[in-house]
Amino acid sequence: MWTEWVRERAVRALPPEKLLPDRQPAYVSSWIYVFGVATIAALIVVIGSGVILGLKGPAWWHVSSVGRFFNSIHLWGVELLFFVMVVHLWGKFFMGAWRGGRGRTWVTGAVVFLVSIGTAFTGYLSQQNFDAQWIASEGKDGLNSVGIGAYFRVADFGQMYTFHVILLPIVVVALVAWHVLLVRRHGVVPPYPGKVATATKTAPRGEGSAP
Amino acid sequence: MSTPAPAQPPDDAGEWQGEHVRYDLIKEFVVALAVITALAVILAILFSSPDDPPITIKQWARADPGDFVATGVTELDGTSELAGYGPPYNDTPDAAQKIGPVCLQCLPGVRIPIDTAGDFVLDPLRSIPGNAPLRRALAAYQAAPAAQRSRWTDAYTAGLDKARFPRGLPKLPPGDYGPVAPMMSSLVGLAQSGGLDGALLTTRQFYQTDYTKPLLLISGGSYFEDRASGQHLFGDQWGMMNETGSYPGQVWLWLYTFWYQVEPFKSSVNADALIFVLMGALSLAFICIPFIPGLRNLPPHLGVHRLIWRDHYRRVESGQ
Repeated sequence: MWTEWVRERAVRALPPEKLLPDRQPAYVSSWIYVFGVATIAALIVVIGSGVILGLKGPAWWHVSSVGRFFNSIHLWGVELLFFVMVVHLWGKFFMGAWRGGRGRTWVTGAVVFLVSIGTAFTGYLSQQNFDAQWIASEGKDGLNSVGIGAYFRVADFGQMYTFHVILLPIVVVALVAWHVLLVRRHGVVPPYPGKVATATKTAPRGEGSAP
Repeated sequence: MSTPAPAQPPDDAGEWQGEHVRYDLIKEFVVALAVITALAVILAILFSSPDDPPITIKQWARADPGDFVATGVTELDGTSELAGYGPPYNDTPDAAQKIGPVCLQCLPGVRIPIDTAGDFVLDPLRSIPGNAPLRRALAAYQAAPAAQRSRWTDAYTAGLDKARFPRGLPKLPPGDYGPVAPMMSSLVGLAQSGGLDGALLTTRQFYQTDYTKPLLLISGGSYFEDRASGQHLFGDQWGMMNETGSYPGQVWLWLYTFWYQVEPFKSSVNADALIFVLMGALSLAFICIPFIPGLRNLPPHLGVHRLIWRDHYRRVESGQ
C-alpha cells in the first residue's frame, strides 16, 4: 500500500530521536537559538488572540474593553513576532544557515517572513478604523501600479478579512511546520571552521544526514 | 580533542561528531511561550492599542462642508485625481504608471469601473425621492453640452472660495452656476444625513463588504489627508511604519518606505510601480541567498558568527 510507503519514508526521514532529540551539539549553547522558538511562541500568541477576536467578530474590540485588551495582545504579539523573527533571520544569515543542504530551510523561513508581512497587512486593513482607511487608501496605489489591485482589493473588507483570518494564516502555519521539520531533519548548521586547528567533527554524509 | 585542521573543509551536512549537551526542546518552548505571552500581556496593559474612529462621509460633510463640496464638484466635472487615475478604475490615457515601456497597471484593464460623476454625484442625487427642483436641475445638467457643464462647474468652483455655509449648506455669491448649485446643495444635504454613505455601498446583496467607492470618495478630500498628516501617516513622514496615536505600525516595511524618501523615486510619477518591482526583486534575492554566488559566501567574512558561537570557538581554539 502506498500509505505504508509514505509512513516508512516519513519515519526514515524523521525518526523520533531526530524529531524530538534530547541532546544537541554543544555549539547550540548561544542566545541566538532562542529566537527561533520565540518566533513560534509569538506566532501562537498572535493566533490565539486572533482566534478570540475572530470568535467574537471583527467589530467586538471597538465596543468592548475586554475586546480591546485582546486586540492589544494581538497587536503587541505581532510586533514581538516580527522582532524575534527578524533577529532569528539575521542570526541565520550570519551563521550561513543554508550550508550543508539546508537551502530549503532558509527558503521556507524567508517565505514565512514575506507571507507574514502580507498577513499583517491584511490585518491592518481589517481594523475597521481610520488606520485601516488610510492604509487602504495608500496601499491601493502600490498594488494598482503593478496590476494587483484589480484583484486584491484593499477596500473590500470581506476579501481582506478572509485573507487575514483564514487564507494567509493557513499558509504561514503550513510553511512554519515545513520549516521546523526541515530543521529537525537536517539539524542545526555547524559553525564555520575556527582560526586554529578544528577537529574533523562532521562525519561524511550517511544515513540520516541531509541529502 | 583538537587535531590539525583538515585539508578538506568539514562536511556541513554531516552528523556533528563533536561534543553534545543535554537539551530539553519542550522546556525551551514552554519557557519561550510563557515569556512571550507575558511580554504581550504587559505591553497590552501598559500601552493598549490605537483605535481612531473611521471617517464617514456624513462626518466629513458636517465637519468640513467646504472641502466636501469642493471634492464633489471635481468628481462631477471629471477633474479629480480619481477621475484621471487609470486602471483599474477607468481608462484615462497615459495615466497608468510604467516601468520603462512596461505598463503592468494596464494589464488587468478596467476591472473596478468608477464613473466619478455618475457614481458619486448623479446616481446618489437621483435616489433622493420627491424633490422636483432637484429633478429639473439634474435633467438640465444632463441635457446641457459638455462645454456648458464645464462653464457651470468652473464658475461654481471659483465661487466656492467666497462661499459661506449657513447650517452647513453652501451659499455662494451670485453667479452663473446653472443647475450645479442646487445639485451640490442637495449632495451636501444627502451626505450630512448619512444617505451618501449608504448610497455608495448599495449593491444587489443585503450584506455589504466592499467599501471601495466610499473610501475612494473620502480619500479625494483634504479632510482625510489632513487627519492623516496630523498623525504622521504620510509617505514623506515614513507613514507606513506608524499608526495613529504614535503607535508603531508596520515597522518591518522600513525598507519599502525608505525608497519613497530618496531620488529617483521621490519625484518619479512611476514611484509606486518602480518601488514595488524593486522590493519584489529584493525579496526574491532574499529568498534565494543560498543560491547566489558571493552573497552565500559572505557571512564568514563579516565576523558576526564568531560572536554567535564565541563559546564554541573559545573551546576549539584553546584546544579544549
